[in-house]
Amino acid sequence: MSDAVNSAAANYDVIVIGGGPAGLSAATELKRLGVSRVAVIEREPIAGGIPRHCGHSPFGMREFMRVLSGPQYAKKMVKVTLDAGVEVLTSTSVVEAMPGGRLIITSNKGLEEKTARRIVIATGVRETPRAPRMISGTRPLGVLNTGALQSMIYLKNQKPFERPVIVGTELVSFSAIQTCRHAKIRPVAMFEESDRVTARWPTAEFARLVGVPVQLKTRLLEIRGNERTSAVVVLDHNGVKHTIECDGVILTGQFTPDVSLARNGHLAVDPASGGPVVDQFGRCSDPAYFATGNILRPVETAGWCWNEGRKTGRWVANDLAGKLSQQGRKLQIVTGDNIVRFAVPQRIQLPYGTAGMQDLQLRFSKSAKGNLVALSDNKVVYKKRMNVHPERRFLIPLSKIVGSREGGRIELRFSELKE
Amino acid sequence: MFAPLDTNIFDIAVVGTGVVGCAVARRFTLEGARVVVIEKASDILDGASKGNSAILHTGFDAPTGSLELSCIREGYQEYAEIHREMGLPLEKPGAHVIAWNDEEAAQLKQIVAQANNNGVTGVELIDAGELYRREPNLSEHAVAAVVVPDESIIDPWSAPYAYLKQSLENGAAEYRNCEVRSGLFDNGQWLLETSRGTLKSRYVINCAGLYGDTLDETVLGEAEFKIKTRKGQFVVFDKAAAKLINSILLPVPTEHTKGIVVTRTIFGNVLVGPTAEDQESRSDASTDENALSSLLASASEIIPALSSVPVTAVYAGLRPATERKHYRIKARPDRNWITVGGIRSTGLSSALGIARHVFGLYSKHGERLNPIVRPKIPNVPWLAENGPRDWQHEGHGEIVCHCELVTEREIKSALAEPLAAQSLSGLKRQTRATMGRCQGFYCSARLAELTQEHFDAQLSVGGDHV
Repeated sequence: MSDAVNSAAANYDVIVIGGGPAGLSAATELKRLGVSRVAVIEREPIAGGIPRHCGHSPFGMREFMRVLSGPQYAKKMVKVTLDAGVEVLTSTSVVEAMPGGRLIITSNKGLEEKTARRIVIATGVRETPRAPRMISGTRPLGVLNTGALQSMIYLKNQKPFERPVIVGTELVSFSAIQTCRHAKIRPVAMFEESDRVTARWPTAEFARLVGVPVQLKTRLLEIRGNERTSAVVVLDHNGVKHTIECDGVILTGQFTPDVSLARNGHLAVDPASGGPVVDQFGRCSDPAYFATGNILRPVETAGWCWNEGRKTGRWVANDLAGKLSQQGRKLQIVTGDNIVRFAVPQRIQLPYGTAGMQDLQLRFSKSAKGNLVALSDNKVVYKKRMNVHPERRFLIPLSKIVGSREGGRIELRFSELKE
Repeated sequence: MFAPLDTNIFDIAVVGTGVVGCAVARRFTLEGARVVVIEKASDILDGASKGNSAILHTGFDAPTGSLELSCIREGYQEYAEIHREMGLPLEKPGAHVIAWNDEEAAQLKQIVAQANNNGVTGVELIDAGELYRREPNLSEHAVAAVVVPDESIIDPWSAPYAYLKQSLENGAAEYRNCEVRSGLFDNGQWLLETSRGTLKSRYVINCAGLYGDTLDETVLGEAEFKIKTRKGQFVVFDKAAAKLINSILLPVPTEHTKGIVVTRTIFGNVLVGPTAEDQESRSDASTDENALSSLLASASEIIPALSSVPVTAVYAGLRPATERKHYRIKARPDRNWITVGGIRSTGLSSALGIARHVFGLYSKHGERLNPIVRPKIPNVPWLAENGPRDWQHEGHGEIVCHCELVTEREIKSALAEPLAAQSLSGLKRQTRATMGRCQGFYCSARLAELTQEHFDAQLSVGGDHV
């Protein structure tokens, strides 16, 4: 087995898997820092990632200081990447990621192997489809995620239904409404299981404004229909079942990192975040592999991912220059209850310095008031009063958690204060 | 909209294109009959054969001396003989019948004895130590097990597809969207009135599966059995689960049920199921949350690590059970009619054997035929993980379904004759498109584009917004 990691004979210095915001900006930054052979492998015919599918505004405020639509933003990112001298291989899929920086890829040319000294995985997220949601019923046409809906409407000028219901109230759920409006599709209603809208205000107002009733504490029980969807059955907040006629169901959000390359390969996956286990540099359990963007955790905006990718590009360049230590002790960060949903990074390479991620990224599984507590050897090393909500970004300075610890593990818990 | 029917007289009309119909059509074609195959759905394998556990059984636990056993044995044998030249996958992980307590362990000897009586070789008892060496991820407390080394896994759709395709390439005719509405037997010949017109055939083989009794009632005026649909729900785990098990894991059967199976699939997933639920409807393959959750719980009881593996798919299969457990195969030589009914759960394993048995019944009374000397061998797509797939070869166009690595070339070939897919579910069975972990998140739009004009139920219902 050849080992590309330390070899100038590798096909590339760095291969980035995935040409969305994070992958493109990581590759661009690597070129800018003087790494010579950088390629992005993108499975779609055109790079750009999710924004390319998302025909509405706003994108690009952080990166280009302008309000752009998704496709405009994607196009601009790709141009910047190509101008920087990055090779972008489109319609090319990575099938297997192996130790030693070896990738099995396929394109119209068939099977090939490519090697690189470092590999950055930036394969993003996808929404949870129907099967893992365990929704009862038949399996008619017209049950889609927002992602599929957007590609149908914005990329292919198709229309899967006329009067769907929308499940979920995350930010993407409101993007689903905008997408529907573009194709003159009129959603019947929007359902949310919890007692509040997941996305921040004023998204719910927007739904009401365009005439889509938002029904809280309402759970989708069953999908009906033979060939096409004909109705759904929901359970409302009073425990009463309702049958609602519709011709489609948009299952929005519940994002999950697209981590199959890692899961089926040799990289450790964190069941909590759903992404690969990384240290503060985004470095995976195999130090030849890095991860960046939404594969690290569900889910951030395109702008966040673009920024994250740029930083990762810098860390990978440092690593190639031999400036990133992999020796020395490590500190594990684990989540210790079911309110703290996950924390990224999961591992800190010590000694902890100013390079690398500055913040611990947290998500919570429900709305709660109380104290976030970090424990080391059963001693409280950090405590913060917080009001938390699901699917919202919470950041804690890593320096405060790590302190002067020299290894071992930190456990994060949330002690809820009852009102 | 449909091509006109062939008005010549066929030797054999096979009604139904489940795995049994496909195998029967192939057998009669190879034996020299002029065969017509009739299917009421828009694609083949749309009934009971749509969802099963994809296991090729040895027959070790089938009733000794039964027709079912001999058909399974012959079917297994023939599949093993033809799979290479037909390009069909076969993997032999073997099965373990696991006893979880002493009471179950006491029954294992009987299982070995029955397997021996059934002519299935290599079946033996192993102790817990040996079992855990073979299946290290198994949960604690297993007491002992029986090994059945020849239990195998196959592609449940490419096999019947290949049978029917071989039949077609050697001269058979095939009509889908074609439902038999009535029939007239006159002067040694059947006139079958179908939704697409009249077909003439000397003999009819009823392979209508879930509608076997209704076809007999409609055309013969009576049926000797009543179909009692039994639904079986399944959960499919992500391919990451495949490394957790090495074989097919079976429970010790009870009086009432064969129980929940945990098995690898030929596509590299792990499958858990089925439930066994009697129902009135012959078409309602809906799944329900409670049954699926209990399957998940059973799966984690057997392999605890499955609890952290994501679910890729869920489905339900409908089995054509009858009032009795045994196969209901009966020839009516006075009417030139053979009914192949009640093939409730072992059809995938026994189909080729059933086809031989049915041909034997026919030969006692039917016209002599001259077998085809050198039959054409069909070309079928290889979708199993244990051999080279299309994406590995040049000129595949692009990957359309990324999760299952389905190529544009594979999709286009499935949409071309013979047996062009006419529905999304037909296309899925022929290519695996959308059957992976994202369930169409990425490829739905491209699939809608590629399949436009091919399906009766279009994925896109319009699109004039740009």
